[in-house]
Amino acid sequence: MIIQNSPALIPLLLLASAISIPLLAIRKTGIAYVTAAAAAFCAMAISAFNTYRVWESGPITYHFGGWIPPIGIEYVLDPLSAFVTLVVNVVAFVVLCHAGGLKDREITEKATPYYSLVLLLLCGANGMILTGDLFNLYVFLEIFSLAGYGLIGIGEKQAPVASFRYLIMGTIGASFYLLGLGFVYIVTGTLNMADMKTMLPLLYGNPAVTAGLTLIVIGMGIKMALFPLHGWLPDAYTYAPSTSTALIAPIGTKVAAYVILRVLFFVFDVKFVDQTLPVTDLIGWLAAGGILFGSVMAIAQREMKRMLAYSSVAQIGYIGLGIGLANPLGLIGAVLHILNHAFMKGALFLVAANLRKNAGHSDISKLDATYRNRLPWSMAAFTLAALSMIGLPPTAGFFSKWYLALGSIDKGNWVFLVVILLSSLLNAVYFFRVLEKVYLLPPTDPEAGKALPKLARRRAVGQEEYSLMIPTVVLSFSLLLLGLWNANIVKGILQRIIPPGM
Amino acid sequence: MTDILLGHYAYWGIIALLVIGLYGMMFKNNLAKKLIGMTIFQVAIIMFYVASAVKWGATVPILDPAIGAADAAKYISPLQHCLMLTAIVVGVATIGVAFSLVIAIHRRYKTLDESTLLERMKTS
Repeated sequence: MIIQNSPALIPLLLLASAISIPLLAIRKTGIAYVTAAAAAFCAMAISAFNTYRVWESGPITYHFGGWIPPIGIEYVLDPLSAFVTLVVNVVAFVVLCHAGGLKDREITEKATPYYSLVLLLLCGANGMILTGDLFNLYVFLEIFSLAGYGLIGIGEKQAPVASFRYLIMGTIGASFYLLGLGFVYIVTGTLNMADMKTMLPLLYGNPAVTAGLTLIVIGMGIKMALFPLHGWLPDAYTYAPSTSTALIAPIGTKVAAYVILRVLFFVFDVKFVDQTLPVTDLIGWLAAGGILFGSVMAIAQREMKRMLAYSSVAQIGYIGLGIGLANPLGLIGAVLHILNHAFMKGALFLVAANLRKNAGHSDISKLDATYRNRLPWSMAAFTLAALSMIGLPPTAGFFSKWYLALGSIDKGNWVFLVVILLSSLLNAVYFFRVLEKVYLLPPTDPEAGKALPKLARRRAVGQEEYSLMIPTVVLSFSLLLLGLWNANIVKGILQRIIPPGM
Repeated sequence: MTDILLGHYAYWGIIALLVIGLYGMMFKNNLAKKLIGMTIFQVAIIMFYVASAVKWGATVPILDPAIGAADAAKYISPLQHCLMLTAIVVGVATIGVAFSLVIAIHRRYKTLDESTLLERMKTS
């Protein structure tokens, strides 16, 4: 019974707790955080259970209200959606654990609505991933986006402006998606993904289908921050509160990338999007441009959060590149990179948050060796995540790039291969710039530079709060484990997600 | 040619609204005017769906004993209207969030003009 209902459990649980937080926290605002963390933990546990079920016994579908699919709304747990929900919920739970130590500084009186919005954001993300109905997806997309605008706008002085710009761009994106869906709906007469898949082969060549697909890809491209539609992203990530950035950066753009992947390969046909209409080629080339642009812009930044934001533009490019290759290896690379980038970017933004909490700034030009003494664990986590971003084996980042490179060779596209290799070098430039300062630059203040006696050093290490340090280290060191287990992940889960006909 | 122009007059009107909305969002300097553009844009999409539900000579999708349920061509399609009820709610929520952000911007920078706003963001 509970297994049959499991696809709907996560969004409903998150929605119910998001609504009940303002009621529970009337007297004590502390309850808001505890409820949010508990709900995120339950969502993580359920999604782990779901992944296991799907792995054991195949896809599970749930029909809302008992209506049979083409009429009713369907939720689908297949290997792809189970895997992506697991990634989203694990990262969200770890980031929420970290938020417990930060909450005094950034969101004092607004804790209750803040955690309510966090759960709404997660509900929207999970709903978008699990739904099998294209209009339902639009509704969850807007739940996700509206919560995101709130979470960003709560931040620094410039945050409402950044959030407003994101709102305008995001609404254009969502409206384009809705318009494109209207075109496809008018010719097929259905909104259910599986049903639409059976009807579309008769309609390829119909201009309305072409226009609809184009609008859907452009709309989701804005949400995904696909170059050159990424304009909203750097400001939004920089000025948002640290917890919001650490939540939205690993989850937000990935979910939109997942929607593009789902629509292109699971609703439309691989042959159609690859050969008849060059949609995937276009996405691939834009993504390749985005990888180079994002990496070069990241080198030019002085502020760590802004540097990481531009690096996100580049990293989302890898996912776009994998989608653009439209072959099994590229798809495995893209989905593996959704997992790896969620962990890497989560860890890096948590380090930026620790820096802001501990030192009051995250300006790269002010970093020197004292920060290594003050935040030894955070800096170790930063180093590991940076190595993974560059793509050094055995960290996880190497393997997704490896599959993308194999996919490019398989496709015979040498330009993409050069872009992947070149961007690794560019990544090395902007991460080693930070590492060099933290580990090698002698401090400008001579007093702070003296080698601390052992006892004092131990005390300095103790200054790093455990509530902030442990989640950061967990995310970062799991990159090693993900790298070592990558063969199991690819063989066990990712090889099952390849759609027929690819 | 006149057939294309006159036969689809509803869609031409919707396209005009879409363009007006996009123009407002992109080229207007005042943040509140941008939101007016956004509303026009969303309304155009809602009208696009509603226009696609029309059938000539059909009536509202409520069961009429005089017509019966056998012939679906006698009722207009109800699904688009239901979808757009949801889309209207989403649009209202978006406008609500957007105006609360505009209020927050005005409190901090005392202006809604985009070019002045950018200048004040640089200096502060």
